[in-house]
Amino acid sequence: MRWFVALLSGTLFGAGLALSGMMDPARVRGFLDILGAWDPTLAFVMGGAVIVMAGAWAIQRRMAGPALDAAFQLPGTKKLDARLIGGSALFGAGWGLAGLCPGPGIASLTTSPIPAATFVVAMIAGMALYAALPSNRKD
Amino acid sequence: MILPGFPDAQPVGGLVGGLMIGASAAMMLLGLGRIAGVSGLFARAIRIEESATPWAIAALFVAGLVLGGALFAGIAGPIKAHYPPGFGWLIAGGLLVGFGTRLGSGCTSGHGVCGMSRLSPRSLAAVATFIASGMVTVAIVNAMGGGW
Repeated sequence: MRWFVALLSGTLFGAGLALSGMMDPARVRGFLDILGAWDPTLAFVMGGAVIVMAGAWAIQRRMAGPALDAAFQLPGTKKLDARLIGGSALFGAGWGLAGLCPGPGIASLTTSPIPAATFVVAMIAGMALYAALPSNRKD
Repeated sequence: MILPGFPDAQPVGGLVGGLMIGASAAMMLLGLGRIAGVSGLFARAIRIEESATPWAIAALFVAGLVLGGALFAGIAGPIKAHYPPGFGWLIAGGLLVGFGTRLGSGCTSGHGVCGMSRLSPRSLAAVATFIASGMVTVAIVNAMGGGW
């Protein structure tokens, strides 16, 4: 059942990205192009998702644990630090260059296989580079 | 529906797609007790990162993302997608997105959808930063004649 929910959640996420136009890099780039022909679609996508999730958080606060697992595993850090801001700034730059963030890149692997796979392989390389930094190595 | 002043915007499709994404994240939170953060689940699925999330959960969520895009295209027809010319933008963008999302602990889904709706100060700061950085990047690329 937990596996089914994970698969179903991913599928619904991917279909939502497709319906909302977020698998079109030019449209995502259009949202970031405030000095040009600005496309506000991404704000509607984020708004719709945040409304539903705000309700989910209100329910979560009344629950002792999740329906299908032992305990909530949620980020507890509150600290605003240079890693958070620096990482987000780098991510935003990449988002603007490619017009893709991780979700749409992965969801497009069968619909636009060559460019999406190019992006995803580069993203894996970026993640691997981060994991290989001396301060992040677990071994 | 056309949004006045923005003939290319897709407000209804965007909102409905956003509601689906929110429902997906709500299933992960209320069902499995986890944040539907794509960059973190993907890093877990390809075993680049250790986390409290079981590998199968992360891998099935990522497989679902691919399946959802494929199913939608199968039912509704080809997805309109205009990509940057050549591979340079995608490679440079992918590297920055991969490195940046791990350093910053999240992307548009984890910080954006899940964190903003929780009013997490870290996520609000992250979202403000990556949107500002994306806007500056696009403006610089356009100013240098690299717009696409």
